[in-house]
Amino acid sequence: MQLKPLVRSLAVALSIVVIAGCSSTGGTQDGDSYGSQDGSSMGAGTSGAGTGGQYGSTTGSGSGAGQQADSRIPEVRTIYFDYDRDTIKSEYESAVMAHARYLRANPNAQVVLHGHTDERGTREYNMALGERRARAVQRFLNIQGVSNSQMSVVSYGEERPAASGQSESAYSQNRRVVFNY
Amino acid sequence: MQILSKVWLFCALLLISSIANANANLTIEITRGSDQALPIGVVPFAGNEGMSEDIAQIIQDDLERSGLFEPLERSAMFEKPSQADDVEFGTWRSLDVRYLVVGRAEQTGSGYQLQFDLMDISGQRRMIGESVTANANDLRGAAHYISDQIFEAITDIRGAFSTSIAYVTAQGLGDNMQFGLYVADADGRNSQQVLTSDQPIMSPSWSPDGRKLAYVSFETERPAIYIQDVATGQRVMATSFDGINGAPTWSPDGRRIAMSLSKDGQPEIYIMDIGNRSVERLTNSNSIDTEPAWSPDGRSLLFTSDRSGGPQIYQYSLGSGETKRVTFTGNYNARARYSPDGDQIFLVHRSSRGYQVARQDLEGGRLVVLSDSTRDESPSVAPNGTMVIFATQQGNNGVLSAVSADGRSSFRLPAAQGDVRDPAWSPFLN
Repeated sequence: MQLKPLVRSLAVALSIVVIAGCSSTGGTQDGDSYGSQDGSSMGAGTSGAGTGGQYGSTTGSGSGAGQQADSRIPEVRTIYFDYDRDTIKSEYESAVMAHARYLRANPNAQVVLHGHTDERGTREYNMALGERRARAVQRFLNIQGVSNSQMSVVSYGEERPAASGQSESAYSQNRRVVFNY
Repeated sequence: MQILSKVWLFCALLLISSIANANANLTIEITRGSDQALPIGVVPFAGNEGMSEDIAQIIQDDLERSGLFEPLERSAMFEKPSQADDVEFGTWRSLDVRYLVVGRAEQTGSGYQLQFDLMDISGQRRMIGESVTANANDLRGAAHYISDQIFEAITDIRGAFSTSIAYVTAQGLGDNMQFGLYVADADGRNSQQVLTSDQPIMSPSWSPDGRKLAYVSFETERPAIYIQDVATGQRVMATSFDGINGAPTWSPDGRRIAMSLSKDGQPEIYIMDIGNRSVERLTNSNSIDTEPAWSPDGRSLLFTSDRSGGPQIYQYSLGSGETKRVTFTGNYNARARYSPDGDQIFLVHRSSRGYQVARQDLEGGRLVVLSDSTRDESPSVAPNGTMVIFATQQGNNGVLSAVSADGRSSFRLPAAQGDVRDPAWSPFLN
């Protein structure tokens, strides 16, 4: 457990190096075919998901802000699911897309997708449902061009609830996939 | 197969606290009494003054917990015989008592000699009696042994009061949780810590000799199945494949463990040979297959699968490799366990009121709901088949509860704090 802060500060240090590198090389970055999407093309890419997912080769004007966004781990690291579902809800697609961009832009980054369920139902069956959710996110990221070697999946089932109690609000906070870098 | 190289390594000492008494005893609350319970009197043992345990009280509590007996209040006993010859049958008949237990304790060099007699009041005869040698530090064990003898003499069913239960405790939320694996006497007392971790512990399963537990621990930040000797604390990591390593259950011959692994995609049922650690895949479906349970004869396995949509119970025959669906009532039936005679199954059933423990005859029987809460799970059957222990909720806390196999009586085992869940009733230990 003590490793995590260290890993995190390393990631921050690396980000700084990457940002510095980007500004000196003027907009190109590794992960070429998926790289250099700026803020506006991100939006386009997100809406493009419905029309066939053209995320590759969005070449061009990498603004400083865009570079920075792709070199930092996205802020939203938890997405939520409907009861008994593993479908990524449309409201979270942009959040998952941000992770896809980050992972493509940072091929050395590794993410562990933690799948969780609410407490209803049996523990081991929920373990399987939590894995289904995490794998749904993994598949989505893979389709967006993230290498499977950058991703792993761990289901926690109902064992690590984020909220306690038996209300629907607690349940809805517990049905989630968390991106752990 | 790098996993195999890790297999016989003994794991981190920090996580194993050597068997130490921990203050996590469970208490008993009888929640439902049977109207068909047999009235019995258990007279306080002569010579019990000054001893650390009240022998008659332990026996009385054991018998009451079984749901088959209704003990007479002590305050109603105006005679206190301590041996068969002193019992006035008329006195006890007038108190509507059908059976009477009398006894006495005598101090010996290293402990006590406990003599008891079981009297049939209506038949006016002594049924059994025995002198039991007890260590001073195991008076509860001696009392449970006496309970077992009394229970069997009256019901013709082997007593299960000298057994243990394993269970998991949890406290906290999210990334700040503490988990514990404990073993306690069947009455919730004498709890011993087996393992603690800040990562989840799940699904304890007893070896058929009652010496070891297989369980799931996330202590490496992902699930792995471990096998641990309860008395010595020694343990090994049995599996740590990619994906789920879950739901271990020991075969009746003690040589294999059935489990659910998702290393090849969806969770499937596998059997691991404990001797050489090889795993053999049994199921092959594009669905969730988990929660295996061995039949008492070792020839088939129950498991949960959502191959038909929602979770239902299926039975896999090891000989033929055939699979057949067993449950058809409702749209959620999961985590089944066989009764010791193999004729019935106990499972978690979702009704309009939530999740309950239910019983069903294996061969196309009607499903009978046994518990009455809304989030009951993890049923585990006593080795004599008379009771089923399971996890339920009391307020916001998980607690253990037990119900008689006929559903007539139940009791609860609340803990002082935190959640208690995932109970596993041990096999007979003596």
